[in-house]
Amino acid sequence: MSALIRYTGVRVIDPATGTDTVQSAVLQDGVVVALGSAADLLVVNETQAADGCWLTPAFVDLCARLREPGPKQHGTIASETRAAAAAGFKHLVLPPDTHPVIDHGAVALQVIEKAAAAGHAQVYPVGALTKGLEGKSLASMGGLKAAGCVGVGQARQPVASLDTLLRCLEYASSMGLTVFFSPEEAALASGCAHDGFMAARLGLTGIPETAETVALASALLLVEQTGVRAHFGQLSCAGSVTLMRLAKDKGLPVTADVAMHQLHLTDAAIDGFNAMAHVRPPLRSEADRVALIAGVREGVIDAICSDHQPLNAAAKLAPFAEALPGMSTLETVLPLGLKLVADGELSARRLIEALTSAPARILQKPIGALGEVASGVLLIDPAQAWQVTDDDWLSVGRNTVFAGQMMTGRARLLS
Amino acid sequence: MHQSHAHQASRLQLNGRGQLKHFLSTEGLSRELLTEILDRAESFLDDQGGIRNVPLLAGRTVMNLFFEPSTRTRTTFEVAAKRLSADVLNIDISKSSTSKGETLRDMLWNLEAMTADVFVVRHGLSGAPHFIASQVTPQIAVINAGDGRHAHPTQAMLDMLTIRRHAGAFENLTVAIIGDIRHSRVARSEIHALQTLGAKEIRVIGPRTLLPKDFELLGVQVFEDMTAGLADVDVAIALRIQNERMESALLPGSSEFYGLFGLTRERLKVASPKVLVMHPGPINRGVEIESEVADGPQSLILKQVNYGIAVRMAVLVMAVEGQLQENGQ
Repeated sequence: MSALIRYTGVRVIDPATGTDTVQSAVLQDGVVVALGSAADLLVVNETQAADGCWLTPAFVDLCARLREPGPKQHGTIASETRAAAAAGFKHLVLPPDTHPVIDHGAVALQVIEKAAAAGHAQVYPVGALTKGLEGKSLASMGGLKAAGCVGVGQARQPVASLDTLLRCLEYASSMGLTVFFSPEEAALASGCAHDGFMAARLGLTGIPETAETVALASALLLVEQTGVRAHFGQLSCAGSVTLMRLAKDKGLPVTADVAMHQLHLTDAAIDGFNAMAHVRPPLRSEADRVALIAGVREGVIDAICSDHQPLNAAAKLAPFAEALPGMSTLETVLPLGLKLVADGELSARRLIEALTSAPARILQKPIGALGEVASGVLLIDPAQAWQVTDDDWLSVGRNTVFAGQMMTGRARLLS
Repeated sequence: MHQSHAHQASRLQLNGRGQLKHFLSTEGLSRELLTEILDRAESFLDDQGGIRNVPLLAGRTVMNLFFEPSTRTRTTFEVAAKRLSADVLNIDISKSSTSKGETLRDMLWNLEAMTADVFVVRHGLSGAPHFIASQVTPQIAVINAGDGRHAHPTQAMLDMLTIRRHAGAFENLTVAIIGDIRHSRVARSEIHALQTLGAKEIRVIGPRTLLPKDFELLGVQVFEDMTAGLADVDVAIALRIQNERMESALLPGSSEFYGLFGLTRERLKVASPKVLVMHPGPINRGVEIESEVADGPQSLILKQVNYGIAVRMAVLVMAVEGQLQENGQ
């Protein structure tokens, strides 16, 4: 039996139970064993004053590229889960667009085992909806489910036709699998930046909002037809929030997330051809950003993900359109979220919910709640300042627009 | 909003003293600096409108790096450099060499080994000269000879020189740019230059498929109709329509475009009586402009070609000087 540690004066935020109060908490082996007066009375091995700090479930990320399986020059399961754990994430969903693609149970098993061996965070693969993500024929979804995939999806790869997509959704529904969509209509998404004034001014080819909303609308109609459970990830525009609101009002079995950086940045960040701000879906307008925040606040958007996409230095050393899209984001999620709280955009409880119990519900996993043994517990110092520098950054990808900036807020996984 | 854009656009181009050290875009440069380019260019023109030989860049090497084929622009840069007694190296970099896996940056390192003072860069991707300027060794000046849809600042400045010499003070002028604004780096650079130089009104005219998104925010008047757009204009600039636009569902065909947006004598009747007509070339007669207009007394199209050499001389000299100031040689 390992030590009992009491944290006093800590703000316990556990959205799964609706808890948000300053109290004492006793932990043992990374699990909360007592709260409040019970925690005050327990005989413990050690007491730590944690005034000003928050105690929350460990974060659950619905979309993080780990670059493995793959050529690994942009990161590995070990490197990126280590960065994740240091940033408060104990549970990461891996999209299927790895090399090889996660379209076979063996690949999924390998991912899960590698993450377990690294020991930093648990990885939940999403299996491919179609073989090789080629969009033509059904992947072996039964096998993927048996291997531990939390759902199936196409990442950002297109499906050959709506007919094929319909069959895929029907089959996924039979398998009881959630379908993870990153809605994008390929024919409208050949550009490299939000189709607005900034792209027009810089002479960059635009990606209109309809690249997302057309795909989202048709997917929602097919979800309604098939009844499959569907999750829509990394939404980027106001129109998508409107569509999700309609779908939820109709009672469709749908959920959504947004990447944290979409709640902070707009296409203004690409000025000067800043390749670090080349992401996909693109950074959009201020009106979109405001609508996305409102969507999170109201719960139309259930969860906030990192959409972590680490890249090595060479990947961004090219003219804007040719620089690979993506940002290394795991390590800035918490401070950016705390900024939303400080700015009065989100309540602390809603922020923590969007990072813990909401994604856990989407995954249907017993995590993201202090009462769950597998959840993991964070001690967050919301006032701790740090600077985004190479010395204080664990991801292999240093591709962030926030390089050099001061951040406020750090998390520590309690074990 | 405009201020911060200007700041971003000028950051790379100026040295610590606010002098030009790269010429990447007309955006973000001061009126004084643009005027200095025009004044310098005029100083290279003799009384007959010919070009003087001025050995200001003797012993310097100008490297033309053309990632996109262009005979006319490359030739005028070559002539300009030679009039300044610089050595010129023309390097035609076919698209295939970068697609073979050599990155643009690797290629730059190889080229720098050949010790150049100026890179004149033409590239199909918007922002490529910015990228090159941010990566080259400090003493090399980068001149943008056209990047994607973004900018073609020397073309814009030779158009400004043409306007200043023939139409007079910018403050009194309404200028219309007609046709494929969306894909035009020339239009973007002209708009920024005209704004900075104080033009009274700037208009763009074209069908929606050829207009960039939200361009009103740039401070221009947007017209989708020629009669309204040409009313009382002092300068009409027609842009070249690429044939590929007809194939990519942007235009139904050249005859319909000419019928609706062609610059004809008839259409110009609503313009100012002394309207001047320009075109960055090469012109498509009977597509964007009527032959009689292109060859008529109001046309400055041939004069534009000659001024191009003087403007490129001015920019080459100023950028080299700006680099010398900064790097103390």
